[in-house]
Amino acid sequence: MAKIDRGDTNAKRRGFSEFAKGFWKENPILVMLLGLCPTLAVTTSAINGLTMGLAVVFVLTGSSLIISVIRNIVPKQVRIPTFIVIIATFVTMVDLFLKAFFLDLSKALGPFIPLIVVNCIILGRAEAFASKNKVWFSLLDALGVSFGFTVTLVVLGGIRELLGMRTFFGMNVLGEGFEPWIVMLLPPGAFITLGFMLGAKNLIDIRMKERKRG
Amino acid sequence: MSNSVKMILILTLIACISGGVLSLVYMISSPLIEANMLDEQRKSIFLVVPGAESYEEKMKEDITYFECKDTSGSTVGIALPVQGNGYQGVIKLMVGLTPDLSRITGIKVLEQVETPGLGGRISEDKFQDQFKDVSTKPAVEYVKNQEPEKDTEIRAVTGATISSRSVVAIINKNIQRLSSVL
Repeated sequence: MAKIDRGDTNAKRRGFSEFAKGFWKENPILVMLLGLCPTLAVTTSAINGLTMGLAVVFVLTGSSLIISVIRNIVPKQVRIPTFIVIIATFVTMVDLFLKAFFLDLSKALGPFIPLIVVNCIILGRAEAFASKNKVWFSLLDALGVSFGFTVTLVVLGGIRELLGMRTFFGMNVLGEGFEPWIVMLLPPGAFITLGFMLGAKNLIDIRMKERKRG
Repeated sequence: MSNSVKMILILTLIACISGGVLSLVYMISSPLIEANMLDEQRKSIFLVVPGAESYEEKMKEDITYFECKDTSGSTVGIALPVQGNGYQGVIKLMVGLTPDLSRITGIKVLEQVETPGLGGRISEDKFQDQFKDVSTKPAVEYVKNQEPEKDTEIRAVTGATISSRSVVAIINKNIQRLSSVL
């Protein structure tokens, strides 16, 4: 009995850490620096970041699930084409869905939704995790990484929108007295903001390590 | 079963399933997408031609335009979908005109990829509303950093002269083409 119990808590603990690592310890943008192209390009506003993030949540969760289910029957020589076909299927579904229900958002994100097919986060998780781990853990890993991606994009987009257009999710926050920093909406603004976010993340990590050491 | 046969079988199977799923999703979504596009077109036409209640698609040579009618059936204006190059990419517009093409009744930017915060502001109402009642004879013009004086003038977006100039040039060019075939 005791043995089974320990096994259960271990599995639970592992499940939680597979999910949580995507938000901070293995954040796809702030730590792995993956998928930077759409990250920098679409985050001119918080809503664009959120939409892009949720599209990735759907694609990554769906494809990780299927890839993990079929991981033992796919010969390893054809695993990459198999992954790409599966990923492309989910991406096309998202693209059609956005066009059918959220035309404006689909226009704002332009080619970056179809380009999720070649986003290295997706293929990276498929290759590094889903093709080697059980379905449950693959699902948690995919959810964690993709929601970590989403949160980071919303923060990045939120900062740029706030300073560049005075708004947050379209709501006027800063008021007329604040002169918008247009550079924040341009490509350099994306690099500057991301740089500060990377710096802040590392600073917090260092502080926490120092505190632990006492 | 040899490994190569297995490879071919698995990949084919997965591709077939994917194709099947996608065609199903496409079947469901394509009427919605088409309705969306039509709805957008309808909205933009009614926006740029005030008083229009119905419209009819017409073609003269290679120019497509929409003849707009009010409830009594008389023509109140023409909506002309146009496009051309902006600063960073294609700008698509819907231009509303009086039936004799002498004045603009309104414009609507449908698609643009100009710089957000600068050229992107051609999509703002403040810029678009200026085109209401602007005369097209002899041509629409723009002024920089001052209020327009003549009835053919609009004010360019500050810091985005190229985008503003492109909009004006696209409008002028297409009105000329249309008036030469009508």
